[in-house]
Amino acid sequence: MNPLAVSYTAVRELSGPLLVVSGVAGVGWDEYVEIHTGGQVRHGLVLAVAGDLAVVQVLEGTFGMDPAETAVRFAGRPLRIDVGPGWLGRTCNGRGVPIDDGPPVLGPREAAVAGAPMNPTRRQPPAEPVLTGVSAIDGLTTLVRGQKLPIFSRAGLPHLRLATQIAAQSTAGGEPFAVVFGGLGLTHADADAVRDALAGRAAAGELTILLNTADDPVIERILTPRLALTIAEDLAFTEGRHVLVVLTDMTSYAEAVREVSASRGEIPGRRAYPGYLYSDLASLYERCGRISGRRGSVTVLPVLTMPAGDITHPVPDLTGYITEGQVVLSPEIAAAGVYPPVDALSSLSRLMRHGARPDHLDVAAQVMAALARARQAAELADLVGPGGLSATDRHYREFESLYLTGLLAQSPDECRTLEETLRRAWQALSVLPRRELVLLPEHELVAHGIKP
Amino acid sequence: MSTASVTRVDGPMVEVTHSGRLAMHELVEIGPDALPGEVVAIRDGRATVQAYEYTGGLRPADRVRPTGTPLTARLGPGLLGRVFDGLLRPLSGGPVWLLPQTPGGSLDGQRWDFEPGVREGQRVDEGAVLGTVPGPGPVAYRIMVPPGTGGTVDSIAPAGKYGADDEIAVVGGASMRLTARWPVRVPRPVRERRPADTPLHTGQRVIDLLFPLLKGSTVAVPGGFGTGKTVLLQQIAKWCDADVIVYAGCGERGNEMADVVTDLFALADPRGGGRLADRTVAIANTSNMPMMARETGVHSAVTVAEYFRDMGYDVLVIADSTSRWAEALREFASRTGMLPAEEGYPATLSSALAAFYERAGAVMTLGGARGSVTIIGAVSPPGGDLTEPVTAQSERFVRGLWTLDRDLAYARHYPAVSWSGSFARDALTIAAWQVSHGAPDWAADRARMLSLLAEADRLTALAELIGVTGLAAPERAVLLTARLMRDAVLRQSALSPRDGYCGRAKGLALAEAVLAVGDRLRRLAEEGRPAESFEAVDFGALVRVRDTAGPDDDAAVVTACDTVLAGLAAES
Ligand SMILES: Nc1ncnc2c1ncn2[C@@H]1O[C@H](COP(=O)(O)OP(=O)(O)OP(=O)(O)O)[C@@H](O)[C@H]1O
Ligand SMILES: [Mg+2]
Repeated sequence: MNPLAVSYTAVRELSGPLLVVSGVAGVGWDEYVEIHTGGQVRHGLVLAVAGDLAVVQVLEGTFGMDPAETAVRFAGRPLRIDVGPGWLGRTCNGRGVPIDDGPPVLGPREAAVAGAPMNPTRRQPPAEPVLTGVSAIDGLTTLVRGQKLPIFSRAGLPHLRLATQIAAQSTAGGEPFAVVFGGLGLTHADADAVRDALAGRAAAGELTILLNTADDPVIERILTPRLALTIAEDLAFTEGRHVLVVLTDMTSYAEAVREVSASRGEIPGRRAYPGYLYSDLASLYERCGRISGRRGSVTVLPVLTMPAGDITHPVPDLTGYITEGQVVLSPEIAAAGVYPPVDALSSLSRLMRHGARPDHLDVAAQVMAALARARQAAELADLVGPGGLSATDRHYREFESLYLTGLLAQSPDECRTLEETLRRAWQALSVLPRRELVLLPEHELVAHGIKP
Repeated sequence: MSTASVTRVDGPMVEVTHSGRLAMHELVEIGPDALPGEVVAIRDGRATVQAYEYTGGLRPADRVRPTGTPLTARLGPGLLGRVFDGLLRPLSGGPVWLLPQTPGGSLDGQRWDFEPGVREGQRVDEGAVLGTVPGPGPVAYRIMVPPGTGGTVDSIAPAGKYGADDEIAVVGGASMRLTARWPVRVPRPVRERRPADTPLHTGQRVIDLLFPLLKGSTVAVPGGFGTGKTVLLQQIAKWCDADVIVYAGCGERGNEMADVVTDLFALADPRGGGRLADRTVAIANTSNMPMMARETGVHSAVTVAEYFRDMGYDVLVIADSTSRWAEALREFASRTGMLPAEEGYPATLSSALAAFYERAGAVMTLGGARGSVTIIGAVSPPGGDLTEPVTAQSERFVRGLWTLDRDLAYARHYPAVSWSGSFARDALTIAAWQVSHGAPDWAADRARMLSLLAEADRLTALAELIGVTGLAAPERAVLLTARLMRDAVLRQSALSPRDGYCGRAKGLALAEAVLAVGDRLRRLAEEGRPAESFEAVDFGALVRVRDTAGPDDDAAVVTACDTVLAGLAAES
């Protein structure tokens, strides 16, 4: 019997995104739900069952619902979707329904949207880079296949442009690649910009877009990243592709989680986010990785805006506790007119040492050390004036400006090879006196024309 | 038989009605997939059960089967060199995706070499060793008479291969097997606790020199994200001089577990005889694995540690991160509607932490051997706020605290152990041990290092106000010495091929070298030498020697120190 055939109409309560229906039998926790109301179909997930009561979180919200005209049908199991290459080239809404005039996406296989934990002993430790064509990332905070590396930004900074550029340009050494782009609470203008910038990737059949826009139901955002990751896991581990999952903006996602928690009257934690936000975010971010003996990988690039630029805010803080490093954008660098405004000193890719060549690691370490020293020199110059700087300090100031203009800055449609990025790093370093380049081995110095 | 069935499901919280008997902390099997769960509250014929698997699809009226026993760990051969989940089910050899129906691999069917150590007719008491099973490396399993039993050996199996549940002896009429079960929440008994007296050498200088610990002690390691908790604990797991390491990854990253396992399997045991993995038991409950198993994971870890301790080994338990199980407690408490205390944590948080750390200690085992369990637990304070409940409560129960400082980590000074925010209550005992082991100056050196670093912090704050040129030459000598102390001694990169681990002699030599240079600098300054002159000296030989000399090469350190001292002499 199709469980969806049984429909329950005893809707006892509607409040915020929650619906409580009574008189149900045989309904399981986390089941998928179809809700027929006033000629529409909405969807939901079972948050709790107790006796003959079920609490349902309505993805489209309860706006306009009349309990007297609402019927609830349970799918008999947690949500599963079709997966497979059919998702490539498609644009869908936040629930995976096509908005590109195409037919519904069907696939040869099904997968549970909740995912399953990957056995840690079957994981292959991440290695080998995803090359993004962005110098700041490839050169200094290398993204590694199977890594989760977030972009920490603030309102007004070009994080969406950077995320889109990465999505458009990334490659994995010629191996099959795909991008699953999950937009959470994007404005229509931003959504259009994303689609335009990724048109090439879509045409190549390497892209899936799931878009929850700012005027779409808020609660739907809880589902969108899970769909994106479910699609990605299949493309990676069954189809053998390297898949980059971009999720932006995770702060909007966390707000949806907070809204559901508040409606349930749960005890609020820091900034009224629920205590389980860490585990909830981890259930998304941890779905990245590689599996030993299989070809593909899932790399996750969450983007989040730090409210008021506060890195101790629960969303960036808990994200930082789960991810393997962070890329931080700086308003000061953006104000100086540099794109992408990556603050290299506060950024770190914890897995870079597994994804970059030894000579690359040396150059990156030297650039970071020089930047730290240049920052000290800049602070000193603020105190004593540029005239009070030593000759060495002045060299560091010169290095920094060359770093900003030559290495960091690039245009949003410029895709640089790793070799070009490293060449520019060497160029910036070459203004420093040779004795300062202590982290670079002798033969590298000679090879790059820095003579004793 | 009693009947029990589900009445309510809310994530990992399952409410059950039952007509028969059901005990607190009894293990139950829930629903058609027999999900493991534990009874945590009973009231009026209803029980609250925490489920250790994803409960998706679980329905009211589903059957619940009581097992009549508490949650137990299976203790026996096969633990070393393997990875388990929080319930101590093997993950090694398990499927790629962990589902409630296929939660892991299996050790069934494995057979082990047993060598008997007693004769028929002999009298054996609880804790006595019946025989041994060789481990994969230098650590052998000693098969013991379980606590509470004993008597005459009625029969003992001859040397040969046996399965985990095969009978290997009958003692006082009771059957003994290779593998025993023990409830994870109950500390295993010992003959007596004895005062801990031997340091655990960690190979990390900032620990061994400034904030050391004893075998049998407890340490909490709080630090914000990215401050280096995991790397520090993994370094200690690889190189410390415990016999057995139980590494519990609790609510943390899957890639990290994969990394630590790969590393341990690749590295040779510095104490000879195989790989590091051969003396390690790994318990992995990553952040996306069922949340409530985080809590059992840490208890399983200590239970395994106690099991090896009872064989007479020194065991180290690493729990990364204790905050994640505290959060699981909080999450569950809030679903059961328990009245919250601080920041939503249940009022039982501090007793739960205390009970966990209390299971550490140096003991005389039931069998009369000496063994110890040392616990090091990472703490992940939200927003790096060290006043939050888990940090604040842990501090009360531990012998040592290694606070990781965000500013040090940000400056890439690793390990980022704060010298002002850490403590070592074992330091006095360790000083006595050092005196009797050839390092009479250890305590004095430690005191001088700590006061040097504190003095330098004070002077740095002053210099930020008045500029460094406003300081007198002896003060600038202090600043310079402290910088050398940080760069040449305390910094230690986990990635350095020669300095990832540091032997005792090399560590002491480095500390004494910098103290000696500091003495010379201070004397020069007091003799009227301008600060600029000694600040321009090249100390490179001393700063680099930690990386260029091998882990046990204290002679190279002395040479480097002499070079620098000679350079200073030549200057004057
Ligand atoms: N001793 C060390 N030597 C070299 N690098 C280190 C050391 N400690 C930390 N690091 C660097 O800092 C990064 C973060 O360290 P680690 O993963 O231990 O942080 P953590 O405190 O465990 O963070 P989280 O709470 O997010 O798990 C590492 O990936 C490494 O790059
Ligand atoms: Mg960590």
